[in-house]
Amino acid sequence: MAQVTLTHVKKVYAGGVEAVKGVSFDIPDGGFCVLVGPSGCGKSTLLRMVAGLETISAGEVSIGNRVVNQIEPADRDIAMVFQNYALYPHMSVYDNMAYGLRNRGTPKDEIEKRVAEAARILAIEPFMQRRPRQLSGGQRQRVAMGRAIVRKPQVFLFDEPLSNLDAKLRVQMRVEIKKLQRALGVTSIYVTHDQVEAMTLSDKLVVMNGGQVEQIGVPSEVYRKPASKFVATFIGSPPMNILPATIDGPGIVALGDAILEARDLQQDLAAGTKVEVGLRPEDIEIVTEGQAGSLPFDVEFIEELGATQLFHGQLSGLPFVMQAATGEVAAQPGRLWITVDPDRVHVFDATSGTRLGRA
Amino acid sequence: MVEDRRLGDLIAYIILTIGVAIVAFPVWLTFVASTWDAATIINGQLPLYPGPHFFENYYRVLFVGTSSTTREPVATMMFNSFVMAMTIAIGKIIISVLSAYAIVYYRFPFRMAAFWIIFVTLMLPVEVRIFPTFKIVSDLGMLDTYQGLAVPLIASATGTLLFRQFFLTIPDELLEASKIDGAGPFKFFKDTMLPLSITTIAALFVIQFIYGWNQYLWPLLIATKDSMLTIVIGIKKMIVTSDALTEWQLAMATAMLAMLPPVFVVIVMQRLFVKGLVETEK
Repeated sequence: MAQVTLTHVKKVYAGGVEAVKGVSFDIPDGGFCVLVGPSGCGKSTLLRMVAGLETISAGEVSIGNRVVNQIEPADRDIAMVFQNYALYPHMSVYDNMAYGLRNRGTPKDEIEKRVAEAARILAIEPFMQRRPRQLSGGQRQRVAMGRAIVRKPQVFLFDEPLSNLDAKLRVQMRVEIKKLQRALGVTSIYVTHDQVEAMTLSDKLVVMNGGQVEQIGVPSEVYRKPASKFVATFIGSPPMNILPATIDGPGIVALGDAILEARDLQQDLAAGTKVEVGLRPEDIEIVTEGQAGSLPFDVEFIEELGATQLFHGQLSGLPFVMQAATGEVAAQPGRLWITVDPDRVHVFDATSGTRLGRA
Repeated sequence: MVEDRRLGDLIAYIILTIGVAIVAFPVWLTFVASTWDAATIINGQLPLYPGPHFFENYYRVLFVGTSSTTREPVATMMFNSFVMAMTIAIGKIIISVLSAYAIVYYRFPFRMAAFWIIFVTLMLPVEVRIFPTFKIVSDLGMLDTYQGLAVPLIASATGTLLFRQFFLTIPDELLEASKIDGAGPFKFFKDTMLPLSITTIAALFVIQFIYGWNQYLWPLLIATKDSMLTIVIGIKKMIVTSDALTEWQLAMATAMLAMLPPVFVVIVMQRLFVKGLVETEK
């Protein structure tokens, strides 16, 4: 078990492309850190630098107070689960799990004990003599996890481990990974582009974009107070609605004719400053026509999700989405009047996209 | 297509039978000829069924040899051919699998240059470079030796290219997983790449064994002593005689014997061989 610390870590490729532009954060012992971001944001590169599969161009990575920049992957005391599992196709499940231990010269009875234990935890005992190709995707995923567990490493690294599974299995494995990590108490870094995985798994969420960290925090905080427009639209599903607006006074923004109160808004902004307002589809409330501060929303069509419905339409000429519990509103196109709790109005700088919140 | 099945099948079988007959008839004729005596063949009245001299002819060919032409029994020639073909096949596999591994997995200066140089040698088969190669072999004193027969034919690009293509299809994650599992470059090669390449190796072995076995021009130059003759040269020597009758029954028996090892290799390796050519298992 160990704390992982990244200090100003950079990755510059031979062609001069900067994939990771100076990232610093730390993960406490036993913590579960999820790196999330769109493709090409540098999250996988960062993970691979921690693993030792990519060289570190600048900065420092340390695992358990030991700087590992120059240490081989095998000696970093880490285990990794790959997206395509990377099981050795010619070895049985047992050998796949035992291989790393054998290479380390672990005594035979110890290997047997550890593999048997991992197999029991993951419920893959019946498949121990099979080849990976004879297993289903979910079973392969378990074997890949088993290979990581038997090593008893200081850190688990997961590189989008669930993205090759079908939706149902993904949810199931997600829960299992979380349980397993809790039970074993091993510090983990998990890379994903799926924001649901990111929200559910992490104790510490790192949102990345363009090689930089956009926000670090516990998932609920990232959701409630996104540090930038990027984070706001990336975390949350369906994504937050972003509308252009202007400052109308302290804590007040104007969206066209309508006025919205934003409690978290920075107070000293000059009236008339151009900003952008973010409203989560799930935060929208429906009010009666003509109520002060209400906005007209023209519903064009409705998506049925079962428990909830998504209302797609236009708000002052811009695409807008609202989520409501099924049955709360008549599911038909037409005009609705909406408002939003002043605590849940997010305001971002129109150019930089950073949150204009109270300090 | 579905309703005319029986007629279609019939036509297919007829065509297939004709094809098999065309391919198999000369082989059958060779076998028949190897079981009669010289007089019957020279009469020009060779029957289409086997004769009574099977054991006599084969015994003579294998262990006594034709007194007038090759002077060495075919058993010796078969042994020579076998050593040559095996050395070429195994040597090629070792060299190509290692060079392909280096080219695919190591980053060294002039890596692509090395690859292209290997690639270009595809345009230089033995026949093209025969004189300089002969000169080198003879200067090294390797005439009439197994090294002289086999070594110059070992170097070739085909195997390297085949393995390179195969190695490129192996996902990088496998290498990375090995690294994390504490396997160094050699261990990764031995524990992962070799077992995965086994079908490719089998395919290359079959091709190269037959290539080595069928060599004609090179052994003709290198083997000057009768004791170093290969079976392909032996057949040729038996047929062309200047002052004696060609002993056709013996030449045919030798031809039959010459066919056996390649056929044997193909039959034994066939399953792996076909898998190796079509395999996509990863």
